[in-house]
Amino acid sequence: MLTAQFLLLGAVLFCIGVYGVLARKNAVMVLMSIELILNSVNLNLLAFSVRHGSVDGNTFALYVIAIAAAEVGVGLAMVLLIYRNRRTIALDDLSEMKG
Amino acid sequence: MLAADLLVAQNIGFGIIALLMIVGALRVVTVNNVVHAALWLVVVLSGAAAQYLLLSAEFVAITQVLVYVGAVMVLFLFGTMLTRARIGAENDLNNKNWKIAIPVSLLMLGVMSYVIIDGFQDEKLIENPGEMTQVPVQVISDDIFGPYLLPFWALSFVLLVAVIGAIVLARKD
Repeated sequence: MLTAQFLLLGAVLFCIGVYGVLARKNAVMVLMSIELILNSVNLNLLAFSVRHGSVDGNTFALYVIAIAAAEVGVGLAMVLLIYRNRRTIALDDLSEMKG
Repeated sequence: MLAADLLVAQNIGFGIIALLMIVGALRVVTVNNVVHAALWLVVVLSGAAAQYLLLSAEFVAITQVLVYVGAVMVLFLFGTMLTRARIGAENDLNNKNWKIAIPVSLLMLGVMSYVIIDGFQDEKLIENPGEMTQVPVQVISDDIFGPYLLPFWALSFVLLVAVIGAIVLARKD
């Protein structure tokens, strides 16, 4: 197994996730794309953990998973609040804070 | 890379799972049905768990299945159910400037691939794949509750704040 193959898979998933964040209008879909990005980072952390023969990468990956779970919980609560107030979760319509 | 290297079982497994993950990820960002996107995301997350097993990180793989495929996916499906009147295909999931995102992400992919291939070339992840052993959970816990105890506390606090914040945000009154 090469180091580059895991890193390249991570890069491909990361870029697909960035595309999803930029292109999607539905807030739930944007959150799913963010999950893709976080997973690609985890893949990199574990690959480097094996490469350096250290367990730190596993620890960081576990922390990233925990943070991602917290992020999804708060994010979906916010989406729910936006939906309740405006009956839509299209991100294009949320422009109050635009300068 | 020699042809013999390509036939190592780990590489074959990696290739199949990587292909599944990339197809799944592309479907997540292109499909026009939120529930289908969530189910494709399950494919990607399970594939990631399988890759973690290939990287001999079984504890992280199990956590991935428990937290992502179990909990986060249920949250996504609940979020979809609670924010949409109908569960079905929708035509307006992309915003109006979505075409710009294609060159942006392709440019990022090009730069990152160039850097990775240039930086690592054909360096082996581990010299002797037979020597790769599973990371014992004891070592991980020693790491978490030893040098990384402070981030662990911070993480616990973040989770607490997230739980309280989610309840406060979603409460009806």
